[in-house]
Amino acid sequence: MATKRKLLHRHHTSPVSESRLVQVVAIFLCLLFMLLFLLLPLWSVFFEAFAKGWEAYFEALTSKDARSAIGLTLLVAAVAVPLNVVFGVAASWAIAKFEFKGKAFLITLIDLPFSISPVISGLVYVLLFGAGSFLGPFLKSYGIEVLFALPGIILATIFVTFPFVARELIPLMQDQGTGDEEAALSLGANGWQTFWRVTVPNIRWGLLYGVLLCNARAMGEFGAVAVVSGKIRGETTTIPLQVEILYNEYNGAAAFALASLLALLALLTLVLKSFLEWRFGDELAATGRH
Amino acid sequence: MEVRIANVRKEFDRFPALHDVSLDIRSGELIALLGPSGSGKTTLLRLIAGLEMPTAGKVFFGDMDASEKTVQERNIGFVFQHYALFRHMTILENVSFGLKVRPRSTRPAAGEIRRRAMELLDLVQLSGLEKRYPNQLSGGQRQRVALARALAIEPGVLLLDEPFGALDAQVRRELRKWLREMHDRTGHTTVFVTHDQEEALELSDRLCVMSQGKIEQVGSPDTVYDSPTSPFVFGFIGESSELPVTVENGELWSGGRAIGVPAPDSKTGEARLFFRPHDVELVEQDASLAGVVTSSRRVGGTRRVELEIGGGGNKVEIDLPFDHPAGEKTRLAFRPKRWRLF
Repeated sequence: MATKRKLLHRHHTSPVSESRLVQVVAIFLCLLFMLLFLLLPLWSVFFEAFAKGWEAYFEALTSKDARSAIGLTLLVAAVAVPLNVVFGVAASWAIAKFEFKGKAFLITLIDLPFSISPVISGLVYVLLFGAGSFLGPFLKSYGIEVLFALPGIILATIFVTFPFVARELIPLMQDQGTGDEEAALSLGANGWQTFWRVTVPNIRWGLLYGVLLCNARAMGEFGAVAVVSGKIRGETTTIPLQVEILYNEYNGAAAFALASLLALLALLTLVLKSFLEWRFGDELAATGRH
Repeated sequence: MEVRIANVRKEFDRFPALHDVSLDIRSGELIALLGPSGSGKTTLLRLIAGLEMPTAGKVFFGDMDASEKTVQERNIGFVFQHYALFRHMTILENVSFGLKVRPRSTRPAAGEIRRRAMELLDLVQLSGLEKRYPNQLSGGQRQRVALARALAIEPGVLLLDEPFGALDAQVRRELRKWLREMHDRTGHTTVFVTHDQEEALELSDRLCVMSQGKIEQVGSPDTVYDSPTSPFVFGFIGESSELPVTVENGELWSGGRAIGVPAPDSKTGEARLFFRPHDVELVEQDASLAGVVTSSRRVGGTRRVELEIGGGGNKVEIDLPFDHPAGEKTRLAFRPKRWRLF
């Protein structure tokens, strides 16, 4: 009795704490929303995917078109992610460690893809490389197809996933400053040694975090890729596009089977992201921001 | 090694940080660059290191013109205020770093690098901690690792940028003493930046007082403390009181009367009198500075009182024995024993 009163007493003395009832209602509402809007759809993806059994599931994943879509998605990510890593590291290095004119403009520019509708991002490339443009026919005369082909898909994906690595690294590197680099230089290290032995290790977990998010987006991007791909079956359809095609053909089980791959990727990303945040939270600048 | 700074000027975006600074640093000495923030002391240190390049002027290491040399070529040891230890490396790896990054032709063998790093860790009294990471050490230990790391490359000059600035008072005093011993043992030419006058006075062979991008005075701690050459140095080093006075007939006058302090060598006219609160004597005569106590507080073994002199609102501080009976409104008369006019 005494302890209970003491606990209640202590509970009420905390000025920022709500009453028990408010807490319960808030938590309940939150859980309800999560259930309705997150878990239910996720469950339905797997439910529909396995609606016709395991065999149909594996058949759907190993069909020629599905394998081509998976291959294309992996290829696009394998090109887009490393390029964005190189760009992201270069940009954040420049922004965090040097003073130059137009820095604020560059930061804004990096954020641009986040603020533009993906469909517009795709459309930009159609306008740039389409039949009526200057570049399109020019490249075509050299036998290079950009639109409705692999290069277009990769370009659109790079554009959309542009900010992920840089946005993660800029605040991190700004926070770390140039002290460690100066120390390395004063100890006789050259620029290359300083970069690989000091700068990269300092940002490695932040970089991995950015790569993870970048990769998830690169594999899952629909809007921008849909505009530039032309959706030629077995050639220019990535997993998200293939899902849409199958779904429109009323092939629900196959569509959801492929969709389950993306859902798994999302879950895996989430787990790895949480692990990184838990283990290396202090070395990530953007924890909790995305 | 001797370091000579010759007419160095440094501007950041047209904003001058150093105006025409010249300084000779003697081989083997421990010299402090002392000044308030914004005085240019850190900029000067970074110019010596090669972490900044001068807008004009030259830096010589011995007879060699180091102005155009990169930081790597200057072979300096630099210790940062916030340690700048490599957090992903162990203490041993941190200390070995400077030797490991050398080109193959001048790099010692792995065993030799390890031996030297361990020797240095022993010198900074951190043996046994070589496998730890920087975040497992205290601030004082980290700064000692940073020093060992800087010494590992056998630098010609050791440069320390507010080395104890991030440490608490107790650790600071210990490290200060320890740094002095280290210096006496290794004999490196050492330049350190500080804004703490007590640290500079206690630690250095000579100190260089800076203000607003200029050197105010260079000299031994005794010289700078006892014979400051400018009002700034008088005010910045040690405690000081200031009072407007007049020089007439080879004597000091305040508020229309002579205060019993002869000044035969001073120029007749208005001047500012500077003295230390503890360098005064209480007197009974009329020919003195007299004032009314406006506040009093205990400072260590003495009592420091603030006196209002005359009706002009001029206030000075003087020290009294802690058991002196003076209270508020008490009238006291004194003369400065040692003083300077500017």
